[in-house]
This record gives sequence, C-alpha cells and structure tokens, in this order.
Amino acid sequence: MKILTGNDLKSGAVVWWTGVGWSLDVNDSVDVGEHGAAIIAREEGVQNVFAAYVVDGEKTAEGVRPAHIKERIRAFGPTVRLDLRLKPSDPTAVNWVI
Amino acid sequence: MYKYDEYDQQMVDTRVAEFRDQVRRRISGELTEDQFKPLRLQNGLYLQLHAYMLRVAVPYGTLNSTQMHLLGDIADKYDRGYGHFTTRQNIQYNWIKLDETPDILAELATVEMHAIQTSGNCIRNISSDQFAGAAADEIIDPRPYAELLRQWSSFHPEFLVLPRKFKICVIASEKDRAAMRLHDIGIKMVRNDAGEIGAQFYAGGGMGRTPMIAPQIREFVPLDQLITFSEACLRVYNRHGRRDNKYKARIKILVHELGRDEYVRQVEEEFAHLLTQPIEPPLAELERIKAHFVDPAFDPAAPDALDLTDPDFRLWVERNTTAHKQPGYVIATVSLKPVGGIPGDASADQIRLMAQLGRDYSFDELRVTHAQNIVLPHIRKADLYTVWQALDAAGLGTANIDTVGDIIACPGLDYCSLANARSIPLAQKISQRFGSPEKQAEIGELKLKISGCINACGHHHAGHIGILGVDKKGLENYQLSFGGSEGADTSLAKITGPGFTEDGVVDAVEKATQVYLANKQGDERFLDTYRRIGMDPFKEAIYG
Repeated sequence: MKILTGNDLKSGAVVWWTGVGWSLDVNDSVDVGEHGAAIIAREEGVQNVFAAYVVDGEKTAEGVRPAHIKERIRAFGPTVRLDLRLKPSDPTAVNWVI
Repeated sequence: MYKYDEYDQQMVDTRVAEFRDQVRRRISGELTEDQFKPLRLQNGLYLQLHAYMLRVAVPYGTLNSTQMHLLGDIADKYDRGYGHFTTRQNIQYNWIKLDETPDILAELATVEMHAIQTSGNCIRNISSDQFAGAAADEIIDPRPYAELLRQWSSFHPEFLVLPRKFKICVIASEKDRAAMRLHDIGIKMVRNDAGEIGAQFYAGGGMGRTPMIAPQIREFVPLDQLITFSEACLRVYNRHGRRDNKYKARIKILVHELGRDEYVRQVEEEFAHLLTQPIEPPLAELERIKAHFVDPAFDPAAPDALDLTDPDFRLWVERNTTAHKQPGYVIATVSLKPVGGIPGDASADQIRLMAQLGRDYSFDELRVTHAQNIVLPHIRKADLYTVWQALDAAGLGTANIDTVGDIIACPGLDYCSLANARSIPLAQKISQRFGSPEKQAEIGELKLKISGCINACGHHHAGHIGILGVDKKGLENYQLSFGGSEGADTSLAKITGPGFTEDGVVDAVEKATQVYLANKQGDERFLDTYRRIGMDPFKEAIYG
C-alpha cells in the first residue's frame, strides 16, 4: 500500500493521511494508491501540513507498517526514548521498528 | 567572558523581531514552505525526523551560568525536558514548535544567545579548545581571537551565501583538543622567534564524505592582519568553490583540486590586495575584547592538595580532571555519557545543576566540548569533592573521559532525517559492554566515535575506532574503521572491511580491544599499538 506522511505546520509533529485528514497514529493511514501527489498538492496548498511524501507500507496484523526503517522510526518515535512515545510501551515494542 | 555591547544586542533583538514576523507570515499562509525554509534555517530551525529542531549557538563553547540555566529552562518550557549537546559545541532541542520559536529566541536574546548561523552555507559557530583560559599548556587564551572572528563573520554580507557551510576553529596549545585540522580553517595561535603572538593558518580540512586533513597555509599571521588574512582565505573559496555539486562544494575539495600551493598563491595575492584596502579592525577592538577574558580572581593561597581517600572520587579525579594553569585549581569535565546513556543528552534539571555548580564553584563559567561533555573550567581543588558529590547524585559523576565509554555519537536515525542508521543504541550497547571501571582502566584511552551517515557529525573519521552507519538494502549496517585521531597527531581512520550488524560491530570492537591488549607495549594507547602493528592483526581477529 502507499501511505502519506508529513509534518504539522505549527507543531512539526509527524502525521499520517487518514483519507479525510491527518492523524498522529500511523495505524490510521489509508492506501492512497496513485493519488498521493494530488493529495499532497491539495493539503500543502491549505497550509496545514508540509514536507509531505509518499511511502510504501503494508497492512499487518498489528496495523500499518511502513516499509522502510526510517519511516517506521518516524511512526514509532526515537527508539531510545520510549517514554516520549505517543503510547507508552515496553522495550520489546522496539522490535516493531527493527 | 565576552559581554554584548549595544550593537551585538541590537543585532540579535532585531533578528528576533524579524523572525517573529516571518513565522507569523508562514502560519498565515503568506509564505510557502519553499519561501520560508531558508529563513528558518538562517535562524537554526531545522525539520528533523520527528519535529522541528532548534540549534542554539554556544560561541567557542563558552557559557555563563545564567545562560546555562536558561538552556535548562527552555528544555522544560518548550521541549520535552532535555537538550542535546553537539559536536559543534552547541545545543539542540528536538521537539520545538514553530509558533513558539520566536519566544524561545527572544528568551535566548535576554541572555546574549541566539541561533543565527547555526545552519546554512555561511560561517558557522567558531569552535575552540574547551579548556581555553584554564589550560596549563596554552600559550594564550584563544577565545578573544575566536570572538573577533565571530564578530567579523556574523552577518558578513559577502559570506552569507558561500558555496557550502564553513567551520573555523581557534586553538592556542600544542595539544589539539578541538580537532583543529579537521576544520575548513584551523587557526593555531603561536609565538614566533621574536616572541610575538600570531596565528598559524590551516585550510581545507573536514570530515563528511571526503575527509581531509588541513595543510598549513601560513606559518605566521601577525595579530593586526588576522581578519584580513581570514577574509582572503574566504574570498578565494567564495570565488572558486564549486556551487554546481554540493558534495564537492567544501573548501577541502577546492584546496585539494587546486593543490595547496596554488590555493596559497591565490590567498596571498588576495591578501596583498586587501592590505591596500584597510579592512582590519583596529587593535584597540581586539584589546577591548581581550578585556572580557581576563582571568577570574583566583585565590593565590588555594591549597593544592586533594583528599583522595574516597575511591570513587579518586577514579573520577583521575579520569575527568585536567591540570589548571593556576595552582590550587583544576579543570573538571562532566561526562554526559553514563553507562547505557545517550551521548550528549542532559535533562533540564541536570543542565540547571551544572549551571548552579558553575556559578558557585567555577567563577560563573562552563564550557561545552566537541566530545559532547561539559567543562567546569576553574574549580578550587578544595571544592572538588563537594562538586563531584553533587554531580554524582544527579547522575553526572561518570568517570570515563577519553575512555571507550566516552563515545561521540550523532543523533542518528533516532532523530535525524539525513541518517541511514541509528547511532545511539550502538553507543549504549558499547558503553554497557565496556561499562565496568576495571575494563575501562585496562583499555585506557580509546576514542570511539559513531556517525549515522556519511556526513560524519559523529566524527567517525577521527576515531581511534570509528563506526559509520549505512543503509544496506533497508537494513542498518555498520562499517568499522581504525586509526583516526583529532589531536596534534591528526589522522584519518581506515575501514577494516565488510560491515556488521549492530550486535556484530559491538563484538568486533571487543575483539579489537583484545588484539590491542595482547600486543600493547608499555604505555601505548590503542591508537599507538594500531599504528605500530597495522591493520592486519585486527582484521584477522575480526574477520578470521
């Protein structure tokens, strides 16, 4: 699947395209197919989100998983500061990234 | 230390107001990101992997307690309770919000700090010896010259759009503690045969994807020509540095491609021309600056003895203190590398504690080191035990300076949008593997440096052991190298061979230390043994 990520203009937070808006949770991502560029152009035009780009991902039993480690860390947060994650997690959660 | 005059303050305040308006226009939609990006970068505001990152300049690594305290407060108020001290002697905050950035910069301006020229193709923060003004082995305090260069390079209209970023370092001792020859321009303050102080210039050094050691380009520049000669060096680079390829745009490529002698010829020609157009600030300005760097009021009767009966304190004194030029005083380096910790990170509380210790015990001064540690430069030996107890209670008492646990590591893929692999988890694993004081004592001085990509922010080229993270078909992979040094004996590390997984490279580092210990002669450091016996025994142990 193709998913979209970008950054919220004011907070800089990593966000993911849900089909109707942007979410902090990668699991809310939808497959944008071939429409990624058009969605980016429209969304950046209204100034909510910037630096958006399309990444490969897959739907797994645990949710949406970006294909590349860089975007998995974007989605997860720093693997060395689990206390800063959106959702508290135990150390084994890092395995999702690796 | 230097105090802003009305011009300095006005420049910084004006910039804050200007950026506040630029941020307003960006949020309102008047500016696109393409238009805004160069403006935010000129104010040190990057977009990293997770959020905006703000890099705050610490000129030549020198801070007073009020400034350090504010850095802690900013971490609490605007970030997530911590800051990251960098290999450019700066501090970075990783979770900054755009609409709060003008307020942060305004608060920084109240303590004579800013984030100007911490990004972009301009002259960046001038770096220096973290022991400047305190070291027993320096011929003069290099900071007034660094400050003069800071003033010259701040908003210099000719050098704000260079072919690429430009880094200058100033030192004043034989022992190079600032990686001087790995800078675009390295300046070593020296004394000539007539006893006069002047500047020895090196140009064309750097790390990154094409590491180079800067050759000497002039043995002696008189003090009243320091800025003029610097201007000549920059002009030749600005004129001929490549702008068509960012990977070949640094001055090291120009010096390499022209050849050292031709670069020198052009600089000397430009220098002769500039001498006819007096651009040098009057020496009175240098004297004005120097007056800010006079020695603090040392107690001439300060006792020189230290009670070392506490074994943990003794170990810390052995590892983390350096001789001071003033009897009865010592330089203390606070390690930001606890076993299993994140190199260079400090919590807001830790930052404020160090600020307080600087105020109470170090004549209001602190320094940031390029090795991502903090220095309390002027501690009375009689106060040292009290200082250490306070540090230790706050998790800042690790005794490991210049050992395998004192790892330089860039933020890597955990934070950086340019990185290919994570640096911090690797640093944590290595520091845990070699965490015991006994192991560190057995191995002695070993400078290990980790970069998460070829940009080499973790200085891996200059590591006795260097590690470079790469992306190998979507997986993190680590190249190992040996033999680098950033000191007076500057050398570039050589790659051992095929890369490793994260766990594999930790094992390889351990095998390398075993080869060292088996072959060590006398007081040899790891680096000395490697230089004597060469790569082969190490390769055999690692890959055999």
